[in-house]
Amino acid sequence: MRLDELGQGETAEITEVLGNDVLASRLMEMGIIDGEPITMIGKAPMGDPIEFSVQGYRISLRKTEAARVQIARTKEC
Amino acid sequence: MLGNEPASPTPAALRTVALIGNPNTGKSSLFNALCGMNARVGNYPGVTVEQKVGRLIGSKLTVDVIDLPGTYSLAARSADEAVAVNVLTGTFPNQAKPELAVVILDAANIERNLYLFSQIYELGLPVLVVLNMWDRVDAEGITVEADLLSKRLGVPVVCTSANKRKGIELVREAIERLLLSPPEAIQPNRFARAQFPEVFHTEVEELGNWLASQGKSSFRFQVDRLLIDTDGEYQRSLCQSGLHEINDRIAASRNRLAEAGCKVPMFETKTRYAWIRRTIEGAVTRRESKSVSWSDKVDKWLTHRWVGMFAFVLIMFLVFQSITFFAALPMQGIETLQGWIGAQVEGVLPPGALRSLFVDGVVAGVGGVLMFLPQIAILFFFIAVLEDCGYMARAAFVMDKLMSSVGLSGKSFLPLMSSFACAVPGIMATRTIENRKDRMVTLLIAPLMSCSARMPVYILMVSAFVPATTYAAGWVSLQGLVLLGMQSIGAIVAIPVAWILKKFFFPGETATFLMELHSYKWPSPFVIYHRVWERVLAFVTRAGTLIFCTTVLVWAAGYFPGNHDQVDAATSSLEKQQTELASLESQKSKAAEAQDASKLEQLNGELERTKQAIAEETDRVNALRSSLIENSFLGLTGRFIEPAVKPLGWDWKIGVAVIASFPAREVIISTLGTIYALGSAEDHESEGLQAQMKDAQWPDGRPVFSLATAMSIMIFFALCAQCSATLMTIRRETNSWRWPVFSFVYMTTLAYIGAWIAFKIFS
Repeated sequence: MRLDELGQGETAEITEVLGNDVLASRLMEMGIIDGEPITMIGKAPMGDPIEFSVQGYRISLRKTEAARVQIARTKEC
Repeated sequence: MLGNEPASPTPAALRTVALIGNPNTGKSSLFNALCGMNARVGNYPGVTVEQKVGRLIGSKLTVDVIDLPGTYSLAARSADEAVAVNVLTGTFPNQAKPELAVVILDAANIERNLYLFSQIYELGLPVLVVLNMWDRVDAEGITVEADLLSKRLGVPVVCTSANKRKGIELVREAIERLLLSPPEAIQPNRFARAQFPEVFHTEVEELGNWLASQGKSSFRFQVDRLLIDTDGEYQRSLCQSGLHEINDRIAASRNRLAEAGCKVPMFETKTRYAWIRRTIEGAVTRRESKSVSWSDKVDKWLTHRWVGMFAFVLIMFLVFQSITFFAALPMQGIETLQGWIGAQVEGVLPPGALRSLFVDGVVAGVGGVLMFLPQIAILFFFIAVLEDCGYMARAAFVMDKLMSSVGLSGKSFLPLMSSFACAVPGIMATRTIENRKDRMVTLLIAPLMSCSARMPVYILMVSAFVPATTYAAGWVSLQGLVLLGMQSIGAIVAIPVAWILKKFFFPGETATFLMELHSYKWPSPFVIYHRVWERVLAFVTRAGTLIFCTTVLVWAAGYFPGNHDQVDAATSSLEKQQTELASLESQKSKAAEAQDASKLEQLNGELERTKQAIAEETDRVNALRSSLIENSFLGLTGRFIEPAVKPLGWDWKIGVAVIASFPAREVIISTLGTIYALGSAEDHESEGLQAQMKDAQWPDGRPVFSLATAMSIMIFFALCAQCSATLMTIRRETNSWRWPVFSFVYMTTLAYIGAWIAFKIFS
């Protein structure tokens, strides 16, 4: 499952950031690394970008950027 | 007396420390608190990154503090990051290597902030950690054991709330202490780097040896980055220096790393975050709270599908209404003051070159600069408030989808919106865009937005030449429609321009829009005060001087080389007659009070004669002025370019007026007034100027002005770059003459083509 498919208020575990380009390293530097839980907070009024909570802070990602992140639903969700 | 002790350094010796941290950690607040208002601002050689250096205040040592650009990582992929690395490693010429790195961390978000720290730490500099925003830790439900953290990191840690000016003296003392007795170097085995796979260390060593054999000296940190960062700055600069083989070397190294199971760049971030996790364990704890913070509640509404959109429109509306509302009075004041000073100079100096230089050159030039200050100050006040309270990031979040359709991001919205009032503060506001390409494109299209200086030109042309037809039972007027069209044409043209600029001038992948959304907080008065003051000062000292110079230059071109004796004499006699008129009028009112009928009659006669004489003399002065400007350098240029402007339906007089309006668009009205012999005090509602323009003829008797000419002038002004303030601000913000020249050329070309098309369509 991809991060952009996560529903509002849902939490999942990051499994992989695809690619090895600048965007991938940026995402990882910002703490989006495998094993971390990530929560979808909400979408912007026009549907894009999306606000997430990770590593104890809030980050806004465009759909195309979130699509680079693979996630797996954790058991409790 | 420190100087008498041979062991300690003399107080006069200049020490350097660097201040570095993630964006939005309160770094500028700390810098301002440490160094006061006397920062020296410049640019780093060769890049458009601002260099800010301040002197530590209240210290017995002489310490320069370098404020480095906010960055999340030292992986040198952008100009900002490359500058940070170059400063910290002392590779910039003319910039001493700092003796200490002061790393500022957001205490409420230590995990992610420590990522940058873990990289800086490995550069081998002594490090001081400042945990800022200490006042927010409790509210966020976080417990930080600063002493334990300091022990784990092996560096001193101080806690501050820079926006409230709390804990600043602790930072100062710690800096002094560390400079006077530098701590021992950290054992490399404590670095996160020590946890990198063995195969990586081997590759780094090999690549480092190879570089040394090629005569390239490099820090180990740089070799690390060469292997980790795809298309990093070092790889690029090594390639540029002719070492093309580096690309193959790196590719081969990466292949070997991949075979050994070391995934580049993932292993770096994973190792560092794992290191962070171990380091802060037990020192930083987050309370798991189920209650929703007030910031989250506010955020829920401000980014809500409908409420959020409405709130955004309302906030923008209020900001821009306030700018027009609060700027109107000071701008009027500046105008009045300008007029008053002009009148005072006219009272002291006789008519002549010196008086003209002061009134039409200097006073007009200074006024032209000051005129922008109220708008700049007010806009930056609102930007500072919105940024500091956390809404600015949400505004970018809300607008991103719309702006991304033209290849920009949500952060470009506010600068472009501001440019509808005036491009100067709009261009200055592009600083809030971190991405360099986005910032450049925004900055280059900002002058296309219809600013308020275009309005007088539109009003003059529309009221004189567009028929006052109305449609839909008088609800829709043609004049109004044309005005609306003129207001929007720039923004419409900006869309393809932005696309072309992105595609051909700033190519590369679309900018990423990873943006941190901070919790909302009350804005700090210190921060706001500093932001506004900094911007105002920067405008006056940098752009202001250049704007002033262009105004004086254009004045000189319009004044010389003509002989002004006749017009000066005529002006003198005109002024004498005006004084006479004033005295006659006061006599008249006295006579009216005394009810002296015969005296009143006699005075009335004299008044009539004087008024008549004044009217005749004014016509003579205007005719003389008009012929002088015809034969000035400006007039000669106008005559010279007439063949070029003829296809647009313009005569040489319009050409001159357009050239003379280079300092500011609205100047065209006073220049047209002068050329059409009406004196230079015309405004856009002037009946006289409209009548004169309607009467103007080509040598063959055809009228010069028609709907087609008016449309072509309006389109030209909608798209041209006739505003030296804008161009000088671009020069200041990009630190290069290339971009103002580029803007002027591309906008003038667009304007010329647009005007030509408009003339063809309407004639």
